[in-house]
Amino acid sequence: MRDTSFWVRFRRHKVACIGGCVLLCLAFIACFAHLLAPADPNFIDEAHWNGLPLAPGVAGHLLGTDENGRDLLARLIYGARISLTVALGAVIMQIGIGTFLGALSGYYRGWVDSIVMRLTDVVLSIPLLPLLLVLTALVAASSNKASLGFGTIVLIIGGLSWPPVARLVRADFLSLREKEFADAARAIGCSDLRIICIHLLPNALGPIIVQATLSVADVIITESTLSFLGFGIQPPTASWGNMLANAQANMAIAPWAAIFPGAAILLTVIAVNYLGDGLRDTFDPQR
Amino acid sequence: MRRLLQSIPLLLCISLVIFIVLENAPGGPLAPYLQNPHITQSDILRLRHNFGLDRPIIFRYASWLLAVLHGDFGYSTSNAMPVTQALLERLPATLELMLTAFFLSLLLGGMAGILAALMPHSLYDHIVTTFAFIGQSMPVFWFALMLQLLFAVHGISGFGYILQLPSAGICATDDCPLSDRIEHLILPAFVLALVSLATWSRFLRASMLDVLGADYLRTARAKGLRSFSVILKHALPNAVTPLVTIIALSLPGLVAGALVTETIFAWPGMGRLFSTALGQSDFSLLMGYLMFVSVFVVLCNILADVAYALLDPRVRYD
Repeated sequence: MRDTSFWVRFRRHKVACIGGCVLLCLAFIACFAHLLAPADPNFIDEAHWNGLPLAPGVAGHLLGTDENGRDLLARLIYGARISLTVALGAVIMQIGIGTFLGALSGYYRGWVDSIVMRLTDVVLSIPLLPLLLVLTALVAASSNKASLGFGTIVLIIGGLSWPPVARLVRADFLSLREKEFADAARAIGCSDLRIICIHLLPNALGPIIVQATLSVADVIITESTLSFLGFGIQPPTASWGNMLANAQANMAIAPWAAIFPGAAILLTVIAVNYLGDGLRDTFDPQR
Repeated sequence: MRRLLQSIPLLLCISLVIFIVLENAPGGPLAPYLQNPHITQSDILRLRHNFGLDRPIIFRYASWLLAVLHGDFGYSTSNAMPVTQALLERLPATLELMLTAFFLSLLLGGMAGILAALMPHSLYDHIVTTFAFIGQSMPVFWFALMLQLLFAVHGISGFGYILQLPSAGICATDDCPLSDRIEHLILPAFVLALVSLATWSRFLRASMLDVLGADYLRTARAKGLRSFSVILKHALPNAVTPLVTIIALSLPGLVAGALVTETIFAWPGMGRLFSTALGQSDFSLLMGYLMFVSVFVVLCNILADVAYALLDPRVRYD
């Protein structure tokens, strides 16, 4: 019953549905990148490439090639896989940490709350992007490798972007713990763990899902910015951000190499944001 | 005053985090010497002792903090000057860019949002809302590249002449006439303004719509006041007050945006200094920048709280 009413309300948000469909398509493309891509993303088309990027349509490259003669469409498709996986990983981590800390601090209050909230204040006061850049530079410099692990990026982004989630969950738990059903659960002798996980958490799920969705957009932008500046996903692995890194220098002769990866980022982020907006309206009991 | 005192432990924690990161920088503070073949192992040990690097971490943190409080963030290897001096040299350019972008988004975002709220669900409203949504989702660096492509590489032609804007630097010549400076400022300032412009116009539209539906506005209109003065004197102040918090919340984003914008447009500000230092592992400068920016964010948050209390008499901090 609840499920149907949720779907009925969600379906009213047409743009949100479109956003969701676009994301499903992207996820599909990312999953089957190896089947859908017209070429290997790192394959250099030496037969046609003459040192300059090939224009869209030339020699069977639908979107042209980049400055190294690699097929742009293939790199875009594999880039979707990287961007979405990083976003998914970082958001799961961020929601995990944020929900855990927020639930603890909202449920137990007192000194636990003070410590967790001061910690969130500290992390929120240091602007995220410069901090991420320093940390990735640090890891890169101390590991003596030119390439940064894909997991490192996920860990660093996920490990530093949880404070908004913690604040949100804390606020929810502060009001939920005073509700009658929480008192009832306490009265029949449920353990704290059981109350938090089985009684309170499901009631806080709506805002968490909305936050998670909107975070996907933030993480995609953050990861592509890091990669664009050279401290995220390292070439030759294609990511939408690092595909743009060399595009600026070649913009006069190969504008397509700069246009398509950014358009992919923009499209994905708009889709995610519309989906998140629609979900927020659906979950929000005021509407 | 109390808010200022409360921020001291926060700043101490931030400095501790930054110090710990700095401590783990590869090679430590003596990294430049480790590479030098003329400096022997015993020299390193002597230097380490002379600089007090062999003392427990808590003493090193204390002496580092003391130096930071005196404005000494160490020596920037990539600029061959003290970090503080390097940062302060670049501060005016960053301030110029950030303040321009700030007022640009306040002015444009404010007008767009308020006008959209005054004619809800009109064509204009839909256009503003859609563009604001796209603006909020825009990857700043790509938007910058696209503007460069449009205005710097090709130029916009129309009405018989070509509008072409410079894509890099703060001015072309040494004497820097004002018109040249403004030409160089337009693209980066607009790029930096975009995200906050979009966010603030969306917020103002929503908060203005809330206020316009309130009872006291109906009263004001019922008294026979002209709708223009109702909007200007009764609705606007109440709609703008909560914006102060939103502005404070978007400041870290503005700092990050300035970092990206300055890098792309070769704008000689602190952000570009930071991204150059990043490639050269100049960790003293990186940490100096982070500390500087964090203090800025904390101070602006306090300022926003105070401004909020001043604007809204219902809010009081004891």
